[in-house]
Amino acid sequence: MTVAWDDEGIVLRARRHGETALVVSAFTFEHGRHAGWIAGAAASRNRPLYEPGNRLQLHWQARLEDDLGRFTAEPIDAFAARVLDRPDRLAAMAAATALLETALAEREAHPTLYAGLLRLFATLAGDEHWRGFYLRFEALLLAETGFALDLERCAVTGRADQLAFVSPRTGRAVAQGAAPDYEDRLLPLPPCLLDASEPDAAAFAQGLQLTGHFLEKHVYHPIDQALPPARQRLAQQSEEAKPLGSEAR
Amino acid sequence: MPSEALDQLVRQLARLPGLGPRSARRAALHLLKKPEAHLRPLAEALSRVAREVVACGICGNLDTQSPCGICRDGQRDGRSICVVEEVDDLWAMERGRSFRGRYHVLGGTLRAIDGITPESLRIPDLVRRIETADPRIEEVILALGVTVDGQTTAHYLAERLAPLGVTVTRLGHGVPLGGQLGYLDDGTIDAALRSRRPLG
Repeated sequence: MTVAWDDEGIVLRARRHGETALVVSAFTFEHGRHAGWIAGAAASRNRPLYEPGNRLQLHWQARLEDDLGRFTAEPIDAFAARVLDRPDRLAAMAAATALLETALAEREAHPTLYAGLLRLFATLAGDEHWRGFYLRFEALLLAETGFALDLERCAVTGRADQLAFVSPRTGRAVAQGAAPDYEDRLLPLPPCLLDASEPDAAAFAQGLQLTGHFLEKHVYHPIDQALPPARQRLAQQSEEAKPLGSEAR
Repeated sequence: MPSEALDQLVRQLARLPGLGPRSARRAALHLLKKPEAHLRPLAEALSRVAREVVACGICGNLDTQSPCGICRDGQRDGRSICVVEEVDDLWAMERGRSFRGRYHVLGGTLRAIDGITPESLRIPDLVRRIETADPRIEEVILALGVTVDGQTTAHYLAERLAPLGVTVTRLGHGVPLGGQLGYLDDGTIDAALRSRRPLG
């Protein structure tokens, strides 16, 4: 008697197990973050398949539902190889996989988040603008973990236009001029989180600061952890890419 | 039933890469069949290595002296450094005999999830080495794995070394010697296509 399923997934992490096997953690469409043991995966011929970011067709099989189980895998998209020589895109892919590996509970399905991740990785692997997709992916991750930002209307005036800030305490949007005495304490809201626009370097850094604040507050601080180093590096890179003088808003 | 000494030998051998308990037993029996020819020389070699081998204080290579033979070799080109992940990568480069500069062993790569940071690798040592080198180092060749972690480390190093005025290069990625496109994975073909260069 065995349990088994077929699904597709994105590799989040691969750890060596013995000399030739890997324990691969993947974010799958229907089964969420799920690990499995893969025989022979650490061999040099097979290893590239299991680089974080690659999209695989997975078959999982175990004796009992709670067992680690075994994966067999076929490649769908080698996303990782397409970003290796593009430092900013590689940093974004590493940050996204590290966030999912550390923030999501195991075996909880998040199909909407999976679709968002797939869209992000397809964008990173291509030549389109990607920063807006990245910020919207992190906002979606917050929503899927139960801490959605409320960006529909201003928390003070109820207006739905001229939204320019987010309260660091409540995660609710605040319109320009609605709380003039508090604006220095509010987090700037980049427009790309309200529409499908592409942020410039400064807005991207602000967006990362905004989503990073809530990821730390709601996801990582409760488990006594900091944001993963890969996510910290992405934020640092984006700060360094900002043009001089763009801090003032 | 093996004696305790034999059992201990088998257990130690079984901890080596490539050996399990069964192959460790076979190796132990093989050593014991001709102790003068196999066992004693091996025991002496192991004991000598344990006594004498140290990590080179400059590059991180393993040798019986620090600085190691490569760092002491005056015939080598001190103006270029090849950065590798581990000592076995350095030995692989040396087998090729096509590089006559010096090396720097990082001791691993940055790892996003395992929390391996630049400070846990020999990156600060590399920066110091470049800053204080005489003659001046002109080129740093990054010979790191073509993996997400390896290339993340390469990009980090390129950024970190940029203010030091050295040329940072990396090894080519793509089709291996003797490789046929039909047998390559999509990622390798993609990397090869991106690394293409003019012919002739």
